[in-house]
Amino acid sequence: MTRPQAGTGTPLSLTIPEPEVRPGETPDFSHVSIPRAGTVRRPETVAAPDEIRDLAFTIIRVLNREGQAVGPWAEGLDLSDADLLAGLRHMMGLRPFDARMLIAQRQQKTSFYMQHLGEEAISCAFQRALAPGDMNFPTYRQAGLLIAADYPLRKMMAQVYSNAEDPVRGRQLPVFYSSKEHGFFSISGNLATQYIQAVGWAMGSAISGDDKIAAAWIGDGSTAESDFHAALVFASTYKAPVILNIVNNQWAISTFQGIARGGAGTFAARGLGFGIPALRVDGNDYLAVLAAGRWAAERARRNLGPTLIEYVTYRAGGHSTSDDPTAYRPAEESKAWPLGDPVLRLRNHLIARGIWSEERHVQAEAEILAEVSAEQKQAEAVGTLHHGQRPSPRDMFDDVYAEMPPHLLRQRHEAGF
Amino acid sequence: MTMIEAIRDALDIAMGRDSRVIVFGEDVGYFGGVFRCTAGLQRKYGPTRCFDTPISELGIVGAGIGMAAYGLRPVVEIQFADYMYPAYDQIVSEAARLRYRSAGEFTCPMVVRMPSGGGIFGAQTHSQSPEALFTHVTGLKTVVPSSPRAAKGLLMAAIEDPDPVIFLEPKRLYNGPFDGYHDRPVTAWKNHPLGEVPEGHFTLPLGRAEIARPGRSVTVLAYGTMVHVAQSGADAAGIDAEVIDLQTLLPLDLETVTASVRKTGRCLVLHEATLTSGFGAELAALVQAECFYHLEAPVARVAGWDTPYPHVHEWQYFPGPARVAEALRALLEEV
Repeated sequence: MTRPQAGTGTPLSLTIPEPEVRPGETPDFSHVSIPRAGTVRRPETVAAPDEIRDLAFTIIRVLNREGQAVGPWAEGLDLSDADLLAGLRHMMGLRPFDARMLIAQRQQKTSFYMQHLGEEAISCAFQRALAPGDMNFPTYRQAGLLIAADYPLRKMMAQVYSNAEDPVRGRQLPVFYSSKEHGFFSISGNLATQYIQAVGWAMGSAISGDDKIAAAWIGDGSTAESDFHAALVFASTYKAPVILNIVNNQWAISTFQGIARGGAGTFAARGLGFGIPALRVDGNDYLAVLAAGRWAAERARRNLGPTLIEYVTYRAGGHSTSDDPTAYRPAEESKAWPLGDPVLRLRNHLIARGIWSEERHVQAEAEILAEVSAEQKQAEAVGTLHHGQRPSPRDMFDDVYAEMPPHLLRQRHEAGF
Repeated sequence: MTMIEAIRDALDIAMGRDSRVIVFGEDVGYFGGVFRCTAGLQRKYGPTRCFDTPISELGIVGAGIGMAAYGLRPVVEIQFADYMYPAYDQIVSEAARLRYRSAGEFTCPMVVRMPSGGGIFGAQTHSQSPEALFTHVTGLKTVVPSSPRAAKGLLMAAIEDPDPVIFLEPKRLYNGPFDGYHDRPVTAWKNHPLGEVPEGHFTLPLGRAEIARPGRSVTVLAYGTMVHVAQSGADAAGIDAEVIDLQTLLPLDLETVTASVRKTGRCLVLHEATLTSGFGAELAALVQAECFYHLEAPVARVAGWDTPYPHVHEWQYFPGPARVAEALRALLEEV
């Protein structure tokens, strides 16, 4: 056999993926293929991964344009009016909470903030698929998990303000909450690290014969981190009782999702190579998120192993208060996003069901804003980043170890505390 | 010129002079980096010379090593030094040792840029100073500029260096010199002599320290942000301190250090990074070994406390001018 001669081939070129449009161009989501609500099948939870590969390439949707809940994923949801109203209320609480905290950051009452605008349904609905004692390993954009678990708003604000009531004692960046009681693992800030930890937590539960499950969270961009791939291989190998959530909000700061996704058709498809059943879900559809979350939770609880879920959504705001998205995407892009506003979609469903009205919605918006503002006043009466009651600087030296070693004690004295 | 502009200028000139220079990292392409250090480079040199990567620091550094082995000159950005850890194996086990393990057959002329240090209320994930994690690794050079002038000259030298260079950019210095007085108005680089940056190709040799301020009573060894804090601390104490800006931590300019300490007889070592096993320990050991008979007091250190970097207590944590002044006074009281 003769070898190819050196230096006679075609010059190679490198592919650098680009988003469909950039600032100044017309938003275009025609590449996002969206099936009609209710048309995607719902397999039994015992289905083998290779029998349901199609679910990684479609979008599971429940709420249609008329506000009706339709199709197999709607059946069996069996939600009471109270459940639905609570769901709407959770999302309606998160939105003004974000709005008030954003303003507070601009007023320098805190250093930094990250909002959920457009993504409220995902964390608010998913939490209702879990049971008390289950554990989420969230990123910085899942505060709905806390709100839907009835965590006090004022405590969240105390954390954002790093004031004396901050449960993590002013140590962490704003929005890096932690609450074991509410199934919310301490946020790291280093991307993707929590994903494999969730798998480990779930393995721990299974080793111990417990009935608790874990939920891992990650954004589209961070799936590129090795921690994500380690999580999938461990979850697959040990059939860990874990739900592997990917929130695909299209943008990782300035980087469009195609950079992390590469040649894979979808993020959900990442699960298939690991033999993990994967669902792709309308992230702006409260009921679809809940239905998919419950399906995955049932698999985990029946010892059937992990499920990977990609939520298709859009980050309507900036990545954080340090980000200006108009520098890298058209300003009108969020309005063109075809999956709509998660709050309005659930609102329309409740109206269609006859338990809500536009008037009551407007009234509820005002009531909730007043509640959030009242909580904010109380939180600010305690303190904000630069004013009022703040954690003692003495606290800075605690919790480095269970017992303070002599060198830290010396340093604390040297610091004058 | 700000330090951001100086870094961009260095990259621009390096890319213009040498088509092997390739710049990549998270958000560095179209957007030009979260700190804007690569703004305009993709437009000017095209998307295969400056591009966005997946969020994988391991991937960024590992790919950089492969490109360098191929014969290119990658200059990669880790968005914050605090996000470096996933890449650490590639840096320590691969980049640093490639020349040694292949007896020079393969080399790694790569620069890994990363913003470091505190002072921006970034808490534990946007404030760390991990320089000692690099100086402890043989095969790496570690550079920390303290001004736009130094940033440009050292970065251009780092890009031209035949070995891997870790280039830590004190982010608090990006837009102005910072003397540690956080409650005073921010000054701009345009009002500072070191904000004046030579045009065109300009290098400052790696491994060379500079005397940031001459003095006779005590030597202060500092780098990055602490070069400025050292001077304000000396002013606060009213002490005629000689401040050495190390610029390159490894290889270290021991000659400049020892000449100064032999002259002053006293030495204070400063860094933002945590105290224990910090680079200051290496400096203190070298100074006592080289200058033992000239020392009139034990070498002192002022550093970050041995805790993670806190959010609300940024300024109780940051080793500011008050702590520097106190340490200087104590050093001079020693007989």
